[in-house]
Amino acid sequence: MANKRHVSTTINGEPKEFLCAPHESLLEVLRDNLGLTGSKEGCNNGNCGACTVILNGRPVDSCLVLGVEVEDAEVETVEGIADRNELHPVQECFLEGAALQCGICTPGFLVASKALLEKTPDACEHTIRYNLAGNLCRCTGYDKIVRAVQDAGKRMAESN
Amino acid sequence: MKPFDYASPSTIQEATALLEQHGDDARVLAGGTDIIVQLREGLRDAEIVIDVKKIPELTALDLCNEGGLTLGASTPCCDVYETPDVAAAYPALADSAHIVGGWQIQSRASVGGNLCNSSPAADTIPSLIAHNAICLIEGPTGTREVAAQDFCTAPGRNVLESGELLVTLRLPAVSDSESSAYERFIRRNEMDIAVAGAASWIKRGDDGNIADARIALSAVAATPQFAQEASEYLVGKAPTEENFSQAGELAKNVASPIDDMRGTVEYRVNLVGVLVKRTLATALARIQGDG
Ligand SMILES: Cc1cc2nc3c(=O)[nH]c(=O)nc-3n(C[C@H](O)[C@H](O)[C@H](O)COP(=O)(O)OP(=O)(O)OC[C@H]3O[C@@H](n4cnc5c(N)ncnc54)[C@H](O)[C@@H]3O)c2cc1C
Ligand code: FES
Ligand code: FES
Repeated sequence: MANKRHVSTTINGEPKEFLCAPHESLLEVLRDNLGLTGSKEGCNNGNCGACTVILNGRPVDSCLVLGVEVEDAEVETVEGIADRNELHPVQECFLEGAALQCGICTPGFLVASKALLEKTPDACEHTIRYNLAGNLCRCTGYDKIVRAVQDAGKRMAESN
Repeated sequence: MKPFDYASPSTIQEATALLEQHGDDARVLAGGTDIIVQLREGLRDAEIVIDVKKIPELTALDLCNEGGLTLGASTPCCDVYETPDVAAAYPALADSAHIVGGWQIQSRASVGGNLCNSSPAADTIPSLIAHNAICLIEGPTGTREVAAQDFCTAPGRNVLESGELLVTLRLPAVSDSESSAYERFIRRNEMDIAVAGAASWIKRGDDGNIADARIALSAVAATPQFAQEASEYLVGKAPTEENFSQAGELAKNVASPIDDMRGTVEYRVNLVGVLVKRTLATALARIQGDG
């Protein structure tokens, strides 16, 4: 069978190398090979967004990316959002606004929300709901998530 | 997922050689949003997966005034709607690209992959048909061209022969007197498969009447459909609500939908009339600069 491949990539700003079989997903590589278990497996078929990471500047479902595809790429995971001990505004606002209950969807929402606010800092409710439609939450009913993202946008604008 | 081998050729020749060598054991990988799901769920098998995104022609996105749009088959949906002059020239395609899955899907899902997966409900295919796209295919015996409207042959099937690769979609140049729109009906606000969809493209003549039109449908037949009779009906007519309604009625003639959990036959056929009329009105408004 196919041999394991050696892949060189950048994860959260740090050069990383790993071995993986061609059929292993990026999500499996992150969680099982690299110990980055922040990205979650919900559906494993592209519907829930719990596995969202940023690949070359764009949010993707890491369950629908092969590990071998990230050769020479830039990957950002939820582990890279906080600045050492300083939480990112989007993380602060999720905590303060109780925008999570069980928390399994949260890493995916944080990654997608941060990507959205970097592109559209003053995103309105409609834009937030539209861009986060690929992230499912079975607990919160979404309202608190939407408000947390709006609050984070304001906080980011204030600190600039 | 069952193990498979992986190759990422950097030229069309290497890719077609690999495809020819491995025949039905090879699967092309573009954005992976269909094929990875299908391989994982055992709906398809592969001995080798051939990632074509390192081939420059497959990720090209070139708009030139006379030549029209050259859209590499693996260009992701987000590139279509995030490139302002492309979205402005081919609004139906931008409408479609903007509703394929959610944001994470659009970052990867390619227009060519949507076409090659050949789902009857694929959202970009009616827009390609409405814009009269031509598919450039490379294979062991050379290059051939197939019109987008002739590409799909049955659910999940198309004209590609073993060893063939879809390289480029070519869309004719557009002028200020033409525009287009795509709309689908779903029961949620986003992230669902079309109950029915319609794309309309119209061109106005100097007299203000419709000089040319192309209407295409999704999710109402075994393959996306070009509604020829409805399109031809509009030629020479004034762009009125009445004529748009009549085109919607005629478009129903190419709808032969199935009953399923998303909608009944009757419901889908009715939607064809509604969506054709609406997309024609949106295309007209866009020509007038208020769409
Ligand atoms: C959660 C989710 C939501 C979705 N929502 C929608 C939706 O709303 N509307 C919609 O239309 N689709 C939807 N899809 C389906 C899918 O995202 C689209 O069909 C997408 O455009 C496929 O493109 P891809 O680049 O990911 O293709 P891939 O999965 O890489 O390939 C698709 C198929 O085409 C073949 N192929 C790809 N490129 C070529 C080529 N150049 N030459 C020859 N063969 C090729 C592959 O071998 C495979 O069989 C959804 C999928 C998911 C997972
Ligand atoms: S686990 Fe990847 S989208 Fe659900
Ligand atoms: S907090 Fe439980 S799924 Fe979102």
